[in-house]
Amino acid sequence: MEITEILDIPPYSLNKTEKTKLLSSYLTNLSRHHYEHCVPYKKMMDSVGFDSGRDFHYSELPFLPVRLFKMFELRSVAKEEVVKTMTSSGTSGQAVSRIFLDKETSSTQTRTLTKIVSSFIGTQRVPMIILDSETVVKDRNLFSARGAGILGFSMFGSKRMYALNENMELNVEQLQAFVEQYKGERIFMFGFTFMVYQHFYKELVRLGIKLDLSNAVLIHGGGWKKLISEAVTSDVFRKKLHDVCGIQHVYDYYGMVEQTGTIYMECECGHLHAPVFSDVIIRRAHDFSIADVGEKGIIQVLSILPKSYPGHSLLTEDEGILLGEDDCACGRLGKYFKIVGRLKNAEIRGCSDTYATKF
Amino acid sequence: MPKYEAVVILMQQSFNDVTMLFPQSISEEQLQNIPATKPFADDTVAFLHALSQELNKDPLVRSFPDVATFAFFCRRANILQIKERYSNDDLIRLGRGIAFHIAPSNVPVNFAYSLLCGLLSGNVNVVRVPSKDFEQVSIISKAIARIAPAHQECASRIVLIRYERTSQATSAFSALCDVRIIWGGDETIAQIRKSAIPARSFDVCFADRYSVCAINAANYISDNKYEALAQGFYNDTYLFDQNACTAPHLVLWIGSESDVAKAKTLFWSALHAIVKQKYGAVQPVIAVDKLTALYNQAVQNEGVHQVSTEDNLLWRVAIDELQPRIEDFRCSSGYFTEYNATALDDLKKVINRKYQTLAYYGFDKSELTEFVLSSGLKGIDRIVPIGRTTDFSVVWDGYDLLYSLTRVCSIL
Repeated sequence: MEITEILDIPPYSLNKTEKTKLLSSYLTNLSRHHYEHCVPYKKMMDSVGFDSGRDFHYSELPFLPVRLFKMFELRSVAKEEVVKTMTSSGTSGQAVSRIFLDKETSSTQTRTLTKIVSSFIGTQRVPMIILDSETVVKDRNLFSARGAGILGFSMFGSKRMYALNENMELNVEQLQAFVEQYKGERIFMFGFTFMVYQHFYKELVRLGIKLDLSNAVLIHGGGWKKLISEAVTSDVFRKKLHDVCGIQHVYDYYGMVEQTGTIYMECECGHLHAPVFSDVIIRRAHDFSIADVGEKGIIQVLSILPKSYPGHSLLTEDEGILLGEDDCACGRLGKYFKIVGRLKNAEIRGCSDTYATKF
Repeated sequence: MPKYEAVVILMQQSFNDVTMLFPQSISEEQLQNIPATKPFADDTVAFLHALSQELNKDPLVRSFPDVATFAFFCRRANILQIKERYSNDDLIRLGRGIAFHIAPSNVPVNFAYSLLCGLLSGNVNVVRVPSKDFEQVSIISKAIARIAPAHQECASRIVLIRYERTSQATSAFSALCDVRIIWGGDETIAQIRKSAIPARSFDVCFADRYSVCAINAANYISDNKYEALAQGFYNDTYLFDQNACTAPHLVLWIGSESDVAKAKTLFWSALHAIVKQKYGAVQPVIAVDKLTALYNQAVQNEGVHQVSTEDNLLWRVAIDELQPRIEDFRCSSGYFTEYNATALDDLKKVINRKYQTLAYYGFDKSELTEFVLSSGLKGIDRIVPIGRTTDFSVVWDGYDLLYSLTRVCSIL
């Protein structure tokens, strides 16, 4: 199947058997593709005895630790083909991941993100509030994970406003005017979890202002690391936001710059869901075997999108727990899981953590 | 002197983030007024012997072989034996004064050996113990505190402190020390050297080192000491998460193809059995580290093959060719690169001044002597049987620690 055909499949519509068949064949081919087009990848595969002639179940495919993208320039297209280089947001002095995108991969990422997100907020473009500062996206040469996230989600906005100024202060008046202007309409809000909490929620509380965003949908991501210390869980986060602005639809997502596009959205039951285009496998640290449902392990992520760089099968530095497959109460098919957090002592990376270290 | 006043203030401030393990408090003035002694002073030898006995009384020591080994080292008989080796030295020596020791963070008992060298050479010792809360550190420092009342003079020459890297204490103690002993590798050395020491003082530094192992396959098979050797090798490596400078990362197999193949199977399966039984669970981040290390090695060198093992406790990586800078591809906690060699001489291709210990099995001393003398190696300071790489000696890493920490007074 061609990728364009796969992208037409509704994101949460295949059951385990169907999805396994689809992913196994597509991801085996992707492994072959990178084996033939990326010399360092070939060397890595040769070291583990990868047989490029064989057909694999996708769970048998080798996976690369994400750290390798900080150590090597890994791409499967000529330099001239690269239209965008995405970088992870690392703290200064720390090596950053570099992800090389050609036109095709970049465009399938956008398409995929649209498919996934619109299945939650609808296909119609709506007024959008970005809970961040515009300065983050102004330098288009530097596609940081944070900037890329904002730009990626911006296509759902008909009218866009950035709620924070360059000093990360809330533009209260503008925000109030915007909410007033689109009263009764659906508003889409996007931001990084920590930023939303620190600069939106806390600021509204400090100012004693309540907004009416009962019609709004908030999508946020970037991790909970900085909020754990403030004892803010997903439930508390939702409740607190509801208290200041009446918002009822709040969705977290899990994603990473190494696999932009195939994000894992949180459903109404609070579970992260793997779409048709990608999957997670929870692996045991002991021997990398596959963990049982309910058992904590290292998260491997697989995605059909990475064609210009060998990032289709990656071992993250996050721990997670598989909660089930095809049977979430929300009705979506596919695996659903939760994130436990970063591996202890791992290098610090992630979308909003660089910024958060200042606090 | 204004300089010293500044230090006092600095020290007083820094005591907020410094934990005193022994004694309960100390001022700079006290430190400066304690005299240095001659090497192997009687009260020092008596103190060490008492420490040895005190440690042996502690039931906790049984679960810490590294503490037991230290206790054994401190025995009067052993100390006197070391003293005997210096008996031909007729120079007049004294401790240099205040020795400031920065112990490595990854080896729990190293601070105690560093202290021992400082005491035996006659110094007043300020020892920064690992910031990680090792039980071994607590066992030894408590034992010191218990025997201190009966050995006041020697105990007054001991200060054990713990603090985080962010503390100003390093600068404070550096400014008043006569000699500074820096363990912990290149990065720590660079970091600590940002703190100035007085003009006449100097550093004794233990830089990053790399260690290897060579096994004669035929002798290994015929000697049939598989389990004991596996235990010895386990102590050499896993006991310190393969993170001590003495821990081999590269294993060189010497012998015919069939012998080597057979020896490898025996060796690694015996080791794995012990690791499984003693080492505990694989930390998730270490599993990721090992996979990253393999791929890094595979990208940068040719002919790198993972040898499949049962689990992530033990990783083996076979290489077709010994290439220089193999020491760059190491990982901790059980990641071994192995190579089938025809002779010890093959090691010449890789050994540089970073190489410290060669652990061996199945070679006799004359072979090893011949190898060292004929090869003109830039590195390798110790050649020891498998199982003894972590044995401490006052001559370490090419330094004679006892001589280094003394000053000589000439009288004509």
